[in-house]
Parts: sequence; structure tokens; C-alpha cells
Amino acid sequence: MLGQGILKGLIETARNFFGSYVNKDRLTTVQFPEERLPQIEATRDFPLLVYDGTDWQQGLRCVACLICEKACPPQCIFIEKSTDKKPDATGKPQFYPARFDIDISVCMSCQICVEVCPFDAIKMDVEFELSTTDRFGGLLLDKQQLAKSNEYYNRIHPTEAGAVDAALADERAKAEAKLRQAAEAKAAAAAATPPPPPAEKTVIQ
Amino acid sequence: MPQIIDQIFVLLKHWLMGYIPALLQPVVSAILSVVPVLIAFPLLFAITTVLERKGLGRMQNRYGPNRVGPFGFLQPMADGIKSLTKEDIIPRTADHLVHLLAPVVIVIASFLVYAVLPIGRNMVIVNLNAGVLFFFAVGSMVELSVFMAGWSSRSKYSLLGAMRAIAQMISYEIPLVLASIVVIMAAGSLSTVTIVNLQATYTGIWPHWYVFTPWGLTGFVIFMIAATAESNRCPFDLPEGESEIIAGYYIEYSGFKFALFFLGEYLGMFATSAMAITLFLGGWAAPFSFLTWIPSYVWFFTKLLALIAVFIWIRGTLPRLRMDQLMNFAWKFMLPLSLINIFAAGVWHYMPAGISRWFVVTLIVALACILLSRGLRRNKWFHVRTYRFAS
Repeated sequence: MLGQGILKGLIETARNFFGSYVNKDRLTTVQFPEERLPQIEATRDFPLLVYDGTDWQQGLRCVACLICEKACPPQCIFIEKSTDKKPDATGKPQFYPARFDIDISVCMSCQICVEVCPFDAIKMDVEFELSTTDRFGGLLLDKQQLAKSNEYYNRIHPTEAGAVDAALADERAKAEAKLRQAAEAKAAAAAATPPPPPAEKTVIQ
Repeated sequence: MPQIIDQIFVLLKHWLMGYIPALLQPVVSAILSVVPVLIAFPLLFAITTVLERKGLGRMQNRYGPNRVGPFGFLQPMADGIKSLTKEDIIPRTADHLVHLLAPVVIVIASFLVYAVLPIGRNMVIVNLNAGVLFFFAVGSMVELSVFMAGWSSRSKYSLLGAMRAIAQMISYEIPLVLASIVVIMAAGSLSTVTIVNLQATYTGIWPHWYVFTPWGLTGFVIFMIAATAESNRCPFDLPEGESEIIAGYYIEYSGFKFALFFLGEYLGMFATSAMAITLFLGGWAAPFSFLTWIPSYVWFFTKLLALIAVFIWIRGTLPRLRMDQLMNFAWKFMLPLSLINIFAAGVWHYMPAGISRWFVVTLIVALACILLSRGLRRNKWFHVRTYRFAS
């Protein structure tokens, strides 16, 4: 009979129409500013710079090695290396970025900078509400805007950050052990040769 | 008291006319009749756009617009402001004058047909004795404006859309008019007011609407299908075809001219719905004799809103037809069925009243419907296509 399929379709749409007022499960829309879906852990958009401790200038892991700047395909990273050295979080004197800018209007979120960083200093952020009225200045993030604490990093990517922290702790422990070994060897050598040079002690400490 | 509420607008106009000098009376009378229509129907258009979007959303399990104002009901205001402030782009090679005139013509044509539609008891702008004829004559001005828009834009898409629109509108105008002929035959008048007055009588509690006869029901269904095609609405929206020719004949329009096209199209839809109500659903008459205390204009607008809801429901359900399906349906199904329907109405007129004529006329119409639908289906065989000219 002509029109059977049309009737079936009409019944289906009518059921949808009335059902959506009765059954909330039918409406799959998430009304964004008021409701939000939880982000999955692998979410990423733009890079951030991780710092240890509480002072973002002191604790920045970045040593301005410029690897990420060279690896960046769209070349959105601009780093100005410092001329002096500054002790990092572990007290070791290092170069630091005098300027570190990322133009997020150019960034394509490829994560290559994160892959190449040997210091676990640059990671991916999840912040996405970055709209601004100034499309040039407002989208060019400087060092201060990029710097995020290690706690924040742990919060947005717990698994990844845990692995990074463990690896860093391991490396530091190894470096310390090596240092201690060297010191002990030196001390043993000093004990073997009676007059120890006084300068050595300061180095050990 | 119900009589006074029913006639309140008519009485108000008469009271106002008492203060007007005799010289100005014809002009003021015309203005007083026309202005309410010019306000009420665009307002209905605004309400319909938001209701349509919300209804379609619900049919697809979405919320519709719900941001502007309470429950999104101020959305038409936002849309209006948007289209007013938008840049009015005219293609460089377009025929500027015709390009400008096309949206004006569609709105004028859509408004003109309201002149003969009785909105309530004694509430009609002019009671023409050829009202139905006037309606269809002015209604075909829409085709002219559509072709003006498509031709003057100098764009392939607009021209394609306009050609489709003309082919479709001319094809469906025939069943539209033939479906209404049965009512003219039964009423013996072309005046819309007379047609409604004939339907506003009751046997017991039942009204004498023409839709409650076999030929009336067939006529109503044919009329509504043809009206859907006439107003370019889904599933007959090939002229617009958002997914293939983007917006068809008004692709080169922007800003307020686009809004005017939209307005014209919706006004046309309301007008044909109102004509269907006038011809088949008793116009402003109440569906039962004990409900006549409700004012006539309330009944008219209730029926109009119900028909608009049906239009929206169908739009939310059916996909777009193909061009050949559209044409086959018009010429091989609607046209013969409406001709047979005219014959059935004649049989009804000449048979003695009673159960026998109900039986005979229903048989004629049902048999025609079944046979014609079988004829439509017969052509659907699958075969390897041969391209005569391409190979």
C-alpha cells in the first residue's frame, strides 16, 4: 500500500518528539558552558613548561637547549638563550631561557617538542578556552603564561607525570650515587696519600 | 456575550469608523482591515520559525534553540537583527533591478492572497465572488518571483534551482487547483466566504465540513501534498536543496533580502494552509456545535497552527525526493487521482443521499488510489543502465 513507509516514519518522529520531553536519556546533547564532559587523560592541545617547586622562575626545567625550537614543524617556538647560568631545581648551574614564546595560533599540537625534550621540561596542556580579543598578542604566550607547576602537570596527566617523576627521581638518585662514589674514591685516594689538599673537601660537599 | 467576543474586532472597526469623516472612510476602512493581517501573519512567521526549529530538534532528539530569551523564544529577534545588520551582497554581473525586485514580489504576492481568506466570522478583507480564483491567480506570482531571483542572479546554482522550482510549481499547481474544484462543485460558489458559511452548519453535533466526505478527504490530502510542493517544503524542497545546490534560487541573496524570501515562503505556506482550512476544514467554524461559543478566529488560528505542525512533522520525517520521482508523482498519481476525484464528487452529487453513495464514492476513490499507486510501483525494476549518448 502506498504511504506505509511514510506512516512508519511519522510514528517514529512522533515518538522521538514526545519521548524527548519524557525521557532525558534520549537527549545526548551536553549543554557546554553549564555542563562539561570529563576530559580523557590523553587530551592535549598546546605546550606548557613544567617547573619544580614553588617559584616558576627558579624551578623551570628548561635549559634553553633549543632542540624543541629546531624540531618544531610550524616553527611556533621562539627561545632566547641566557648568557649567564643559574642553578636549577637540583642546584646544578644551567643556562635558562631568557625568553620562551609559543605562538599558539601557529602551533599545530603535534607534540614533537615534547618528544624531543631531553629534560622533560615541555609537556602538553589541556586548557582549551583560550579565545581572546587580540589575535596577535593574545595568542602569543610568553614564559610566564607557559610555566605550569609540576603539581598541575600531575593533575592533568597523572599517569604520564608519575612516570616522568619516577624517571627523574631515578636519574637524580643515580647522579647522586655516582657523585658519592666519586667522592668516596677521592676520599680513599686522599687517605692513601697523606697530605690531602684542603680544597678537595669543599668540592665533596 | 460570546457573540460580542466573536465579533469584537468587527465592532471595534465599526466604532472607529464612526469618528472618520465620510471622505476618508474607504481608505481608512481598507487600512484598518489590512494592517492587522500585516502584523499578525509576520508575527506568526516569527513564532513558527522558532517552534519549527525546536520541534525539528526534538524529532531528532536534540534541544532546539534555547539560548536567547526564555526557552529560546526570542531567537527570531536575534535572527532579525542579524539579517538586518548583514552586508547586502549583489553579484557584479547580476541584473540589479530584477535582483532587487524578486524578494519584494514574493512578499507582495504572499500578502495579496490574504485578502480573500476569512480569518473569522465577518472577518475578511474583501469578499470577492471569485475569491478562490483570485487566490490561485495571485499565488502563481510566486513562480514569477522565483524565476526572477534565479535568472537575475547570474549564477548556475540559482538558475538550476529556479528551473527546478518552476518545473515543480507548475506541475503541482494543477493537482492543487483540481483538488479544490470538488469544493467549488459542491458549494456552487467561488467565494471563500460562501464556502465557509456552507460548512458552518451542523447536523446534530457534527459539522458539514467537506473533509468528512470521501471526495473531500481525497481532495484535502491531494491539496496538502500539492501545497507542500507549492511552498517548496520538505520532502519537495528540491528547488532549495541545501545539500546539492545550497539554497537554489536565492543563493546569491544575503541579509534582509534573504530574510524577505524566507518570509515570503512561510507566508505562502500559511496562505495555502489557510486555503486548505477554508475549503475543506470549515474555515473558522467550530468542529462541534457545542463548541461554537469559542470565538471563530481562535478556531481559525488553532486549525492553522495544527496544519503548520503537520508541515513541520512531515519535514522532520521525510527525505528529499528525486526529480523524476517528483514529476512521476505529480503527473502519474496526483493528476489522475484528482481528475477521478472530480468524477467521484459528481457521482456523489447525483446519487440520492444515504449509505449507498458513501459506498460507491469511497469505492471509486479507493480503487483509483490503489491502482494508481500500483502503477507508480511498476516502473521500479532494476536493470543495467545504458547510456545512449555518452558511450
